[in-house]
Amino acid sequence: MSDDDILVTEGLTKSFGDFRAVSDVSLRIKRGAIHALIGPNGAGKTTCFNMLTKFVAPSAGTITFNGRDITRLRPADVARLGLVRSFQISAVFPHLNALENVRIALQRSRGDSFDFWRSKAALKPLNARALELLDSVGLTSFAYATAGEISYGRKRALELATTLAVDPELMLLDEPMAGMGHEDIDRIAELIRRVSANRTILMVEHNLQVVANLSHRITVLTRGRVLAEGDYRTVSENPEVREAYMGAGHA
Amino acid sequence: MTATVEAASARDFTERNRKANWIAFATMVALIAVAPFVAYPFFVMQALCFALFACAFNLLIGYVNLLSLGHAMFLGLASYCCAHAAKVWGFEPVSAIAVGVLAATVLGFAVGALAIRSFGIYFAMITLAFAQMVYFFSVEAPFTHGEDGIQGVPQGKALGLVDLSNPWALYVFVALVFLFGFLAIERIVQSPFGEILKAIRENEPRVISLGYRATLYKLAAFTLSAGFAGLAGATKAIVAQNASLTDVSLSTSSEVVLMTLVGGMGTFYGPALGALIVIAMQNYLAQFGEWVTVIQGAVFVACVLAFRRGIVGELAARAKVSL
Repeated sequence: MSDDDILVTEGLTKSFGDFRAVSDVSLRIKRGAIHALIGPNGAGKTTCFNMLTKFVAPSAGTITFNGRDITRLRPADVARLGLVRSFQISAVFPHLNALENVRIALQRSRGDSFDFWRSKAALKPLNARALELLDSVGLTSFAYATAGEISYGRKRALELATTLAVDPELMLLDEPMAGMGHEDIDRIAELIRRVSANRTILMVEHNLQVVANLSHRITVLTRGRVLAEGDYRTVSENPEVREAYMGAGHA
Repeated sequence: MTATVEAASARDFTERNRKANWIAFATMVALIAVAPFVAYPFFVMQALCFALFACAFNLLIGYVNLLSLGHAMFLGLASYCCAHAAKVWGFEPVSAIAVGVLAATVLGFAVGALAIRSFGIYFAMITLAFAQMVYFFSVEAPFTHGEDGIQGVPQGKALGLVDLSNPWALYVFVALVFLFGFLAIERIVQSPFGEILKAIRENEPRVISLGYRATLYKLAAFTLSAGFAGLAGATKAIVAQNASLTDVSLSTSSEVVLMTLVGGMGTFYGPALGALIVIAMQNYLAQFGEWVTVIQGAVFVACVLAFRRGIVGELAARAKVSL
């Protein structure tokens, strides 16, 4: 592999019994790129995602991150290496406030937080950075709001701020626009573009408009296999892709 | 503008919270100070031991969302070990209690290491299974004396200085042990470690995805909880001057669930209040014999149906503070 590739998979496969959810998927994610993984429902995108972040163990194949084989690592260890994911359903800590949400991620910078004898006042130095991150996603005025009570779009923004707090080299976004209205979509897309500086992003996304606008490279999956790969133009002109995924409506 | 308003209201909340917690704490200390003059001191000490036990249990269910159905194994084992150390080895009470706490902590670590990877009801069932094993061990092991238990445990001189056979000295000693345990658990919840625990309670996969080995945090919390349950059990052995099968039994494990739910899980003061209520019911309703269990069951059902947050949980929600 070349140094340009931050993440490489070879023959990644996941079987559930006889059913092959993901079959022989080989991906190359370029450093600094925004790479999109698209495909119809059940194409294996999320399973793929779960394997990359080790939440699901692959049946076969290898995953290499920054030249290091991570196929057998545990999810928390992969995250420590700088490969951090978001979730399809917004993953905030609902009973904590926004500031505390981000601070949980910032606590990583202290190493392991097993110090149960110390007051949490020890975390105060992290507040300034947490507020800065909240500001960067436009949540300054919600810093002390309970995360479970803010709007859906803001939850996603909060999630993004939390992910950014661990400063990942490679960010995996699982349908960042799912369930969002137009206004929020534009805001989050802008946000993703902004945070993609100095890092690589791999995202699963259904909204083709967003994919077309944001991503440098697209991989199309159907039935667990890679159907096509390239920039939006190449992919969208591929007749097989149009047949399998986009249908006549998008022609 | 909104930001300053929000920040101000957050400060206001923190301020109100601090006040409410001071009032609650002062009330609790005042009650502990007055209680032996209005109630039978032995009963109050018993209640304090169970209150600490419930606080330890609440550390898991309230802040990590782990339901242990076998917590009596820690209470009971510590009780036996403390009683044995005091009676057979002739340890003074503080060292004897330390032996009990150590035993419960080690057992907690071992059970936790085996159970912690399971989730929800499976985790609960595994803790239940281990508790049954500890129960049968207690029936068979020679040092526990089976059905008889360990009787006539000497109270001795704490650290060789204070004679605990003096009822007042014993009361002060037990009150201090309780307050130490209560404040220690509160500190654990309010520590950087506690923040991670609460995050795990809210969304474990997310915590893992941020790079925390959630399993280790849960294991640490389980071990700590076992240790404090042990502190309660060991102290109880010194108070009651015995250790018996009741302390390791399934009914004790389920009582602590009841205490915590009645008082309010995930609150600092709820489990202690719940323990007081349950122990009081057992003492003052003893004349009804077997019916106590039925009454307890009815209270449990009423709690789950009418006020899920428990007594303290409901009060805190009404006053918009967290206690």
